[in-house]
Amino acid sequence: MCHSNLPLLEVDNLSVSFRMYDRAFGQRDLKVIQDLAITVNSGEILAVVGSSGSGKSLLAHAVLGLLPQNATVSGRMFYKGKPLDEQNQRKLRGSEIALIPQSVTYLDPLMQVGKQARGTDKSPERMRRQRKVFQRLNLTRQAEKLYPFQLSGGMARRVLFSTAIITDAELVIADEPTPGMHLDQALEALSILRELADIGKGIILITHDIDLALQFADKIAVFYAGTTVEESPVADFIKGPGALRHPYTKALWHALPQNDFIPIDGFQPYAGNLPDGCLFAPRCPLKTPECEAGNPHMRKLRGGKVRCVHAT
Amino acid sequence: MKGKRLINISKVIGKYLFRVMTLLLATSIVAFVLVSLSPIDPVQQYVMGAGAVSMEQRETISEYWGLNAPPTERYLNWLSAILRGDMGVSLLYRQPVARIISERFINTFALMMTSWILSGIIGFVLGCVMGICQGKWVDSIIKRICLVLCSVPTFWLGLVFLLIFSVWLGWFPIGFSSPIGIADTDVSIWQRLYHLVLPALTLSFISFANVALHTRQKLIDVLESDYVLFARARGNDTWTIMKRHGFRNILLPAITLQFASFAELFGGSVLAENVFSYPGLGSAVSAAGLNSDVPLLLGITLFSTLFVFLGNFIANIIYGVVDPRIGEERPHGQAIGD
Ligand SMILES: Nc1ncnc2c1ncn2[C@@H]1O[C@H](COP(=O)(O)OP(=O)(O)OP(=O)(O)O)[C@@H](O)[C@H]1O
Ligand code: SF4
Ligand SMILES: [Mg+2]
Repeated sequence: MCHSNLPLLEVDNLSVSFRMYDRAFGQRDLKVIQDLAITVNSGEILAVVGSSGSGKSLLAHAVLGLLPQNATVSGRMFYKGKPLDEQNQRKLRGSEIALIPQSVTYLDPLMQVGKQARGTDKSPERMRRQRKVFQRLNLTRQAEKLYPFQLSGGMARRVLFSTAIITDAELVIADEPTPGMHLDQALEALSILRELADIGKGIILITHDIDLALQFADKIAVFYAGTTVEESPVADFIKGPGALRHPYTKALWHALPQNDFIPIDGFQPYAGNLPDGCLFAPRCPLKTPECEAGNPHMRKLRGGKVRCVHAT
Repeated sequence: MKGKRLINISKVIGKYLFRVMTLLLATSIVAFVLVSLSPIDPVQQYVMGAGAVSMEQRETISEYWGLNAPPTERYLNWLSAILRGDMGVSLLYRQPVARIISERFINTFALMMTSWILSGIIGFVLGCVMGICQGKWVDSIIKRICLVLCSVPTFWLGLVFLLIFSVWLGWFPIGFSSPIGIADTDVSIWQRLYHLVLPALTLSFISFANVALHTRQKLIDVLESDYVLFARARGNDTWTIMKRHGFRNILLPAITLQFASFAELFGGSVLAENVFSYPGLGSAVSAAGLNSDVPLLLGITLFSTLFVFLGNFIANIIYGVVDPRIGEERPHGQAIGD
């Protein structure tokens, strides 16, 4: 167990833009992530929630250095205190940092899934581990010999999940690992992540399902339109809106079925068409003129972090 | 299980047999109608250069060749010759068509297979190199060469090769499949190969560009796929990715394309054989055409149809055997693990 003071992964001020070409404007940069910040400590599960298009997968790909050629990344990323530059990313990928990708298209359609789960490591130890993980995830020995097209969606998800679990990675980035799984399988998968965290690994759990996140995570980071608006301990989500900080987070809480089930009005702004000040301003009930003087800074507040000038 | 599989296989074979039969019948009818419409009079071609030939003599030849019968009867006569197995007698060579085809086909087959294998290997390797180096200068140079080669006509390239390698450099003979003036049985394998090089090179130069460009595109698609991105996320380098995912996903389309290219190969060999006076089916077919040698022309047409069909058939079979996604419904389905 390594509980030094250095966070396992620290991302600060991250922004990502894509160079786009279109007929009307010629070449232009589309900024899809700005001022993103998260911190993951060893022994912790950080859940990342936020609606579709808020930049969750891009964060995962940026950490691993997997963004496409036309992407520009700026900001700071540290892994165990060392800057995550291209060279470091290449070294850490797959060995120290493992990704559980978001979609079943990340499986090679022409390779048996057992072989894919084991990866390039041909040792008997790897095989033993793969069998163990498969068994735990309710995948049989015959399933190893199947091709992705022969699997149900849930099975393919479990195969993807196992690829990261059989490594010795210190940091696991799970990009929505559970959709398509039965509830008990999803719970099993998440308890595996919990066990990994308990033996000192760091986990980023990207998810749409706040309920599941509440059961397994330690901290929750809320993403909105490519930025982090709040990072709080899970306990605050359980306590309710009074303990939460950002108006968007509170609105999310109210939107949960077991709470008020009231959806939030309006839409997340589309990249390339972002408001000048606070990104949430167009939908925010607490908006004042101050809110439009630039995107607020992320600041510490009551044991969490928030990006809102009026949060108390 | 096994019995069911056998029934399935025989069903597939039956289906293909039916298809090939109808295809051959249709081809033969179309070809027959076309040559019947040809303005070239075979008797005229035959007697040309034979000095004065009287009308009666022409009439006798015509009668002897069965040219006076109505078209349907001639077609049926020819069809029965096919069923007899000799495919009728060539007007030009005075030999059963089957024999001419079998003799000449060996030459053509050697030519086509050499260039087929050459172009397959060269095309695949170049396609992989271009795909891996996509956007770099290596890629753009090879790509440009391939695009140029795609639009070069076979006979023109043949003439250029002939000019450079045979006339100027004198490295290769100017024509024929073996040295002139040596009995066929005395020709060594090396002499045959020597005469084969230039036509084979021409033919493969024409077709490797296509394979290369296809392979390049396919490889680029694969390298941009999610599963390759995931392989990189797991720390694999480019060569590992090629070995694990690249070849696996591009080999099959390349092989299929290669088998499906039999038709172009045949077309190309007709031209190449004429340019190099190489005595294969290609030069025989143009001779037959120019002399209205109907039995020979039809025979070769049918034969090449069969050959091309075989190529496509093999391509399909390979796809079915090698690609796990085809020809097999979900065998175990949800029963496993769910
Ligand atoms: N290659 C790309 N080029 C241009 N824009 C991109 C590219 N990849 C992603 N984006 C944009 O970046 C934004 C964030 O995408 P991202 O995939 O991170 O969303 P997400 O939060 O993971 O959403 P989801 O929950 O649907 O997975 C989206 O608006 C998307 O359109
Ligand atoms: S900064 Fe202003 S607009 Fe933005 S969330 Fe806070 S109160 Fe709302
Ligand atoms: Mg995503």
